[in-house]
Amino acid sequence: MPSSNRIADAFAAAKAQSRPALVAYLTAGDPSPARSASLALALNRGGADVLELGVPFSDPVADGPVIQQASDRALKAGTNVRRVLEIAAEIRRQSALPIVLFSYLNPLMRYGFDALARDARDAGIDGCLLTDLSVEEAAGPVSKLRAAGLDTVFLAAPTSTDRRLKLVSELSSGFVYVVSRTGVTGERSDVAASVEPLVNKIKSMTDKPLAVGFGVSKREHVAAIGGYADGVIIGSAIMRIIEQHGHAPDLESRLEQFMRTLSGKEDSPR
Amino acid sequence: MSNDPIQQPDSGGHFGPYGGRYVPEILMAPLEEIERAYADARQDPAFQAELADLLAHFAGRPTPLYECRRLSENLGGARIFLKREDLLHTGAHKINNCLGQVLLARRMGKTRIIAETGAGQHGVATATVCALFGLECVVYMGEEDMRRQRLNVFRMRLLGARVESVTSGSRTLKDAVSEAMRDWATNIEDTHYLLGSALGAHPYPMMVRDFHRCTGDEARRQITEQAGRLPDMIVACVGGGSNAIGIFTAFIPDTQVSLIGVEAGGRGLTTGDHAARIAGGSPGVLQGAYSYLLQDNDGQVSLTHSVSAGLDYALIGPEHAWLHDQGRARYTNCTDSDALSAARTLARTEGIIPALESSHAVAEAIRLAPEAASKIILVNLSGRGDKDTDIYRENFPELDTPDAQ
Repeated sequence: MPSSNRIADAFAAAKAQSRPALVAYLTAGDPSPARSASLALALNRGGADVLELGVPFSDPVADGPVIQQASDRALKAGTNVRRVLEIAAEIRRQSALPIVLFSYLNPLMRYGFDALARDARDAGIDGCLLTDLSVEEAAGPVSKLRAAGLDTVFLAAPTSTDRRLKLVSELSSGFVYVVSRTGVTGERSDVAASVEPLVNKIKSMTDKPLAVGFGVSKREHVAAIGGYADGVIIGSAIMRIIEQHGHAPDLESRLEQFMRTLSGKEDSPR
Repeated sequence: MSNDPIQQPDSGGHFGPYGGRYVPEILMAPLEEIERAYADARQDPAFQAELADLLAHFAGRPTPLYECRRLSENLGGARIFLKREDLLHTGAHKINNCLGQVLLARRMGKTRIIAETGAGQHGVATATVCALFGLECVVYMGEEDMRRQRLNVFRMRLLGARVESVTSGSRTLKDAVSEAMRDWATNIEDTHYLLGSALGAHPYPMMVRDFHRCTGDEARRQITEQAGRLPDMIVACVGGGSNAIGIFTAFIPDTQVSLIGVEAGGRGLTTGDHAARIAGGSPGVLQGAYSYLLQDNDGQVSLTHSVSAGLDYALIGPEHAWLHDQGRARYTNCTDSDALSAARTLARTEGIIPALESSHAVAEAIRLAPEAASKIILVNLSGRGDKDTDIYRENFPELDTPDAQ
């Protein structure tokens, strides 16, 4: 049982408004750890319903150049797991925004899953997604995270077999992250059409919320995915703004405005 | 979970706690596809026959086992034998695995092959088998390694491969692996990732070991014929650990035979500039596998250093981690300068210029031999030194002047 129902509540609230939940990814520590909470809150003001707070890693094999470079900048700025947890706590003091800790396995393994589960819960984190933790290897970490009341989110991919999709759905709580296409993270002009049948297939296996990510960068994408999925995940498009305007004083308002554009909040305030 | 090293790994690819499958979900289905195809091919006499034919007539197996009489005499102790994998086509053991995997890729209907390379030996071997079968070939290589191994870059291009320069991270082997994994995740449909060492997610460590075990199988027969008994020690260098596991495997049940892996000691362990994972690392996950990893306190992967690009990698192959924990193999390390010096010694006493990687194993044999009278040391000479000529020139400037002796 999650200690909070913040993630589930966010998806339910969006559904009640007949719109997809917006999940915003932010690499913690880019451009600096001191600024991350403020950037997260800006994303929230612009319409983010859930935050994926990324732990930077030296070897991000699942990421394209934008998030690779964000990771590099965050590491150079001195970000580590402990600092990411402090950032989460800082966000939690100011907002009820659900937070999913998004990480490669090794930094958290090094921190230790017993300590991590406890400290993440204490920091107000709601769930955890481990990019390179396959469902086959997940039993240990999942039991520790769940025992601390944290949700565990797993990835479903276009290449996943039905057997794997079932395992992913079963082990996921909070939501299932549906990867829209093969490849690595990064913006695309179009979102793969093949993701809709994939979402529908997973829907037949679970009633957990399904959020689609990889390649989402425009309002049209959000609208289209919102037609069949419960949530939309935006990552590289956000990190590109930070890459381009990391030192601009108005970075927060740029991020807020970008989220408003994606959510359609600018034309129809809710 | 079996404790018997020869029955490793389990069905999930675990060698004790090590190995496994730690990759993004996108790559799980292709790994399962390879696992199925390999399980099928392994038992298919036609596959094994085609592979055996290529190993014999294309690659040049069996390779000789050669006794270093002058070197042994000079050291005044053990008899040193070399397993001459350096005499294989393309100049290193890497061709064994490449032939096996390219046949498997064809069986799976893949038309495009990608690979990573450090020293360039695996890249050259991959480019070679792709030329042999007319397959598209892309090799990822760190920018720093391309500089260090210019000759191999050219050889790959001559063979028709495209060499992609990797400019992220430390610009060496681990970054090339990351780029290859990203390419694979993008092009799963038509692409096989021809991973070059006993690394990565299951089934690679097992499959790569199996394709290299011919080295140890041959050496076991040969030493029995030539010396009338098994060796006392087997010494091999360990980057990912493919040549080492290739020669160790046949001898694992022979518990009287010491298995010794030599990692890159770089500029010395105290400097931090090395790739000695067993001595200086701790268990962690990198690029698909759980094993001993050079990492900092925050779980970030450390930058490694070795004069030899092929040993310059932050994770040791998972089966080696298990052999270490079990006490079945012992892992030591050798500095850049000892490896360089061993290369010169071998060149001058036996007329064999070894690859810098293999020179680490030679250096360990040179260190052990004087104290090992009447013992037999078998060294896996995994590659030849032609590719390292530039580095030898840089390090032996006294031989590179017009009036040098």
